[in-house]
Amino acid sequence: MYGALWRVLPGPWWVRALILLVAVAAILTACVFWVFPWVDTLVAPQDVTVDG
Amino acid sequence: MTDLVKRRRPRPRRRVTVVGVLGELLITAGLLVLAFLGYQVWLGDIIVGNQLNTEASEQGSEWGEDYSDVPPSEEGDPALTESPPVGVAPANAQRFANLIIPRFGGDYYRPIAEGVGTTDVLNKGNIGHYPTTQMPGALGNFALASHRSSGGGNFHDLHQLHVGDHIYVETSDGWYQYTFRNLEYVRPTGVGVIAPVPQADGVEPSERFITLTTCNPFFSTAERIIAYGVYDSFYPRAGGVPAEIATNVQGAG
Repeated sequence: MYGALWRVLPGPWWVRALILLVAVAAILTACVFWVFPWVDTLVAPQDVTVDG
Repeated sequence: MTDLVKRRRPRPRRRVTVVGVLGELLITAGLLVLAFLGYQVWLGDIIVGNQLNTEASEQGSEWGEDYSDVPPSEEGDPALTESPPVGVAPANAQRFANLIIPRFGGDYYRPIAEGVGTTDVLNKGNIGHYPTTQMPGALGNFALASHRSSGGGNFHDLHQLHVGDHIYVETSDGWYQYTFRNLEYVRPTGVGVIAPVPQADGVEPSERFITLTTCNPFFSTAERIIAYGVYDSFYPRAGGVPAEIATNVQGAG
């Protein structure tokens, strides 16, 4: 899968590496600001109050 | 020459197999889970916490707009300390105060909203005010709940409080200064901690308390960790910001 992706990308190796680096950064940014906060509300302890 | 060029054949391609793709997907998923853990235990609360600090300080400087040239004060106002102003609780989920605890850092500045609903108050990074408890300044207990981790981790360091540490509640009127007294660990059903006189059911209050509740241990809901404080004094806006929290308040404004 990643091998195929590497072959599909244009340019010399360093251009491909740069493209992948930018793509990974974009994916991680999206995760940190949108995906992870949402997942957090599903898995983090939600109950912090005292009640009878 | 042509022979040499011909001989340079492309590298043989590895065939794409189902198992190969599946393996790569699993490795990717593993890395994402790892990234999420990093977010949950570390990065997330930094990002959300900074956001909350900014929001609270914006609210604080809006309240303090007319008093921006008043120098910080070492002492509260004696007359107002005896009978501090008591606000009216706002509608559910509405922010009405900020919490400042110097022990938690010179930039710690977090919003307090009415109610302790999980989705409408706490998950939005607010510290929630138990609506059945008193407002700051009133005789009785000003009881708060917030996340220990996630959602900004407002009460992440609750166990780090030392006896004598100050806890400040900021409203549009000024600053209520409380002194931290002690910690207590209770079961989730231990509602006595938010009674007007904590753990003294039915007793008429003659003092002003603050109670902070959150979950314990980290990433668990098995217990609650409780921090108690007792009211000391009131700093009106016209008298200046308490010197101890001048960096929290003015570093922002």
